[in-house]
Amino acid sequence: MHVTVDQNRCCSSGQCVLTAPTVFDQSEEDGLVLLLQDEPAEALHPQVRTAAAICPSGAISLTVGQAVGA
Amino acid sequence: MSQSTSPSSSLSASLSTGQADLLTMPADRGGCPFDPPPSYRKEASVSRVSLWDGSPCWLLNGYREVRTALTDRRFSADARHPGFPFLTPGRRELVGDNPSFIRLDDPEHSRLRKMLTGDFLIKRVEAMRPGIQRIVDETLDAMLAKGSPADLVAEFALPVPSLVICDLLGVPYEDHEFFQRQSKLLLDATSPAGTVRQAVDELEQYLTALAARIGADDESILGRLVARGDLTSDEIASNALLLLIAGHETTANMTSLSTLALLRNPEQADRLRADPSLIRGAVEELLRYLTIVHTGLPRVALEDVELDGVLIRAGEGVLCMLSTANRDEELFAAGSELDVERDARRHLAFGFGVHQCLGQPLARAELQIALETLLRRLPELRLAVPFEELSFRTETIVYGLRALPIAW
Repeated sequence: MHVTVDQNRCCSSGQCVLTAPTVFDQSEEDGLVLLLQDEPAEALHPQVRTAAAICPSGAISLTVGQAVGA
Repeated sequence: MSQSTSPSSSLSASLSTGQADLLTMPADRGGCPFDPPPSYRKEASVSRVSLWDGSPCWLLNGYREVRTALTDRRFSADARHPGFPFLTPGRRELVGDNPSFIRLDDPEHSRLRKMLTGDFLIKRVEAMRPGIQRIVDETLDAMLAKGSPADLVAEFALPVPSLVICDLLGVPYEDHEFFQRQSKLLLDATSPAGTVRQAVDELEQYLTALAARIGADDESILGRLVARGDLTSDEIASNALLLLIAGHETTANMTSLSTLALLRNPEQADRLRADPSLIRGAVEELLRYLTIVHTGLPRVALEDVELDGVLIRAGEGVLCMLSTANRDEELFAAGSELDVERDARRHLAFGFGVHQCLGQPLARAELQIALETLLRRLPELRLAVPFEELSFRTETIVYGLRALPIAW
């Protein structure tokens, strides 16, 4: 799984940090999403999928399968 | 709600033709006070309704349709667009008048919201937990000292979030009677013409005066908004007003309604008492099940959009029913039942899209701490009156209880 985030779409809800705190963080200034790791271990995949599904602004994209390094 | 479309949900349907059911306000409940108001709940995911003033509107009941309308930029939250649906005369009265960021689209919305997002970081709210716990304990101490029975709304559910938001915002809690009264008027759909306008004016004058008094070195949100120097005093007042009202009304009503829901489902309260680590998930489920923003979020289409086979034309209004979306059986099996061990995280109780509740980390922390503490410290908690005698706030935009008499 490869994770990308788009700060231009992010609305700083923090849902991703609540759901997958080892993969996502927030900037101190305005709470915009920060990616801590873009190739999370398989054990983290369920929480990363939930984080992407509940992100209110669609700022998290996942590539699964053929992605580079996956 | 099933996604299968009824025959009426076709592209030939038009908003302005045919019969449409009138949405009632107050939004009366049916047999169960936890279930969404029946007149706001239709079989079809998209249906025609008419509002109090006779204007037509689309009611969105399905999870997918609500999520789409709240994320698709072709729908606007700006009430100044023609066709925007107003749930009450009071809402219509406020149009065009110094809107806070919830009634603006990007980029203006984002510019104002970003000034506040730093205050509601997950980490920052986590650091506030000891302070919130102290407020919860002290408020509960005071209620216990007065003795059983007590009104949980007046003695606990309302003071806790009011104290928290006052501290964060920089508003003196001594003024709570004033701003709680104004909030009530503002959110009451049955408030006579002019009353809502006046309530907003008085609150904005109060906050403007407060901002003028506050020093730029003040650590509160209000102090920092003043210190920025790039906001007009109107912008400061309208956005501080939004935080003040959203900060106490919603959490207060969630706290009392959640307590009642747990009293009506005692085996679930027992599970939470036995394993307090369930509280985080339980609060998500209570948010889903109770969805206190119960009459829908209004949006207006800026372009033609097709939703579940229905053409929404540019200039037509939609009401996004969070409460029915949160019971959509496709997402939440047996959605009409409370199950504190359900994974309810996909609920839409805080809305969705870029307008999703700014204060949600704070609301979650307050609810988790308040409910966990209440259950732990009051093992004998029970209703002090028959359930049938309870009175619910059906006339307000935020649903809740007028009072919750409890004994312990």
